[in-house]
Amino acid sequence: MNGPVHGDEDGSLSAGRGGDGGTNGPADHRRNGPGGGRRPHIPAQREQHGSSDDLPPVPGAGAGSSAGSAAGAAEAAPVRLDPPEPPTPPDPLRRIDPGASSAVTSDRVPPYDHGTLKSLLGAWALAACSRDETLAVEVHLTDCAGCADEALRLRDAVGLLHHEESLDLDPLLRARVLEGCLGRRPARIPVPEWAGPYDAEAARLDALLRDLGDGYWTAPVRLQWFDGAPVSREFTVGQVIAHLIAVDGLVGRALGLPQQSIEPPAEDATDRLGLAPMRPVRLGETTEEVELPRTPVARTAAHWAVHRHLPGATLRLLWREQSHRLVRTVAFAGEGVAGLPVDYGDFELAFHDAFVDRAFECWTHATDIAEAVDYPYEKPALGHMRQIVGLAADKLPGALAARRRAGLTTSASRLVAAGSPGRSLLLEIEGDGGGEWWLPLDSPGAMASPDHQVAHVAMDSVEFCQLTAGHVVPERAAAGKNGDRAAIRDVLYAAASLSRL
Amino acid sequence: MQQRLARGEEAALGELYDRYASLVHGLAHRVTDDDDAADQITREVFGYVWENPDAYEPRDGSLRSWIAALTQRHAVHRLRQYENRGRTNPDLLEARVREANTAARADFIVTSMPAPLRAALELAYRERLDYRAAAADLGVSEDEARRRLRLGLQLLSTAMEPDDPSGAPGERHPERGAR
Repeated sequence: MNGPVHGDEDGSLSAGRGGDGGTNGPADHRRNGPGGGRRPHIPAQREQHGSSDDLPPVPGAGAGSSAGSAAGAAEAAPVRLDPPEPPTPPDPLRRIDPGASSAVTSDRVPPYDHGTLKSLLGAWALAACSRDETLAVEVHLTDCAGCADEALRLRDAVGLLHHEESLDLDPLLRARVLEGCLGRRPARIPVPEWAGPYDAEAARLDALLRDLGDGYWTAPVRLQWFDGAPVSREFTVGQVIAHLIAVDGLVGRALGLPQQSIEPPAEDATDRLGLAPMRPVRLGETTEEVELPRTPVARTAAHWAVHRHLPGATLRLLWREQSHRLVRTVAFAGEGVAGLPVDYGDFELAFHDAFVDRAFECWTHATDIAEAVDYPYEKPALGHMRQIVGLAADKLPGALAARRRAGLTTSASRLVAAGSPGRSLLLEIEGDGGGEWWLPLDSPGAMASPDHQVAHVAMDSVEFCQLTAGHVVPERAAAGKNGDRAAIRDVLYAAASLSRL
Repeated sequence: MQQRLARGEEAALGELYDRYASLVHGLAHRVTDDDDAADQITREVFGYVWENPDAYEPRDGSLRSWIAALTQRHAVHRLRQYENRGRTNPDLLEARVREANTAARADFIVTSMPAPLRAALELAYRERLDYRAAAADLGVSEDEARRRLRLGLQLLSTAMEPDDPSGAPGERHPERGAR
């Protein structure tokens, strides 16, 4: 193993300076890297659970270890360089190769041939070898100028990998940049104002998912909604995204977009990583044979069943592609479709409401995910909050009437002809997107007015959204209340009843 | 995308931002080391692309590399303004510009290398898998995983040789691009 000693003077890897028979190859390597521009850079050692008892300590293997302890390293100030990546705590998710646990000492290096060692250089530079292999490579580097040279280059190349992109973009920058652009050149095909919140919220959630990376797809997320009584269930991040795909798909369906084909996961891992371009959605052929259920819950269940095996990155791509497509399509459709209905199976929403509703759901679930993984997540932009709060407030009289029909209300009601004044509640929403709404209590068609006010409720806009998302129990909602208690209770329950999975 | 921008589709502008904002902001930040400057450069770059979608010539390379080069130009321009105001010293500035150029070349190489190589690097670097786990994930042999990692890094290492003309075809150095 003790090959020629390569010159130190060129500033590249010097080898075997100690010349002590190669018994401490890795240490030799660590001692090297004289002041020249490029220095050997030892990747952090991987965790090798269950085998540490058998192994002698590997110099520099731990984050805190010092090369000074390496045998024979006394003569030079040991050059310890940072690992190519910031040191991270042992990651339980990292897969450990159980086969790599044979006892190895530096004078019992496994017999790897030159070709194998050379082939390992890339993996070595990325700290993606087993411990045995790392050791063998590093011993080899002291002997082989060609490999040593390449090892240096590859290791430096690893340093370039992290430079890819800025991860921490201010989500508000998007609105500012787009606004600036549109100020310079107005859009000829603008996105309808009511689709703006959805566009922005989808972008924010996507940024959150990108920040989280692929380690969180199976993290538990608690979703809450109100189905007669508060419901709280745990899903995974991946399931939440599949849920968004499913219900967003109803809007796409109404826009005449081809239904997302539901296919078993591809075996090709490149696809699974979401790195290859997505397979185009199949046109036409799927709608007849696999028409998915139209109620949000059933449709979600169908998506969960089929997307069960899809990796999160692919789900994210599917969802994001669909959301971009929705915005694009509705921009072309224009204001003409604003009032047309979107079919949700057991109810309908006009497009302009459906898009705001999807924005609300996107924000709600993004917050659910962010809370689950302890990330901060802000509320939507002011103008978007206004639309979201406004939609919920406008839906309240209808929701109240539905609950009354179902016998779920407690306040007395009177028959009031459409258009005539009836008992009224003043809903005052404070904060971003707030305002005042006069709600008719007797029937959605009645006219609400201050003259017939029987109650007054004041809430913060975010709290109101939490209530309508089913995240707050009506009795516990932080609200200022004045007047007819039964009417107030009915209105708060009606607000909660707007939520669904 | 270019056609959609030219048509004045606001939705295309949003998609453009979603696809490239972190690249633009990241590059701008690396050159200027200043959040506000990076924000400002991001606005300028997207504003320019939106106003001049025809300035992009697909024959010269990908839209991404064009946007990256554009960002470099804006960022270096901004940095030279600082220099003129005496807010940074010339050596530091040149070092930063060189470093940013290398980073831009590296970004170009990573994004234009064959997908199987990129996938292998992603797994080993970002997901921190060892090459055996990466091989299993990719559904390839361990030999093949090692080969991909090595080849991917070899390609990437060409970014460090600025005078090597084969390093990054289609990539333009800001200095040259600015002429």
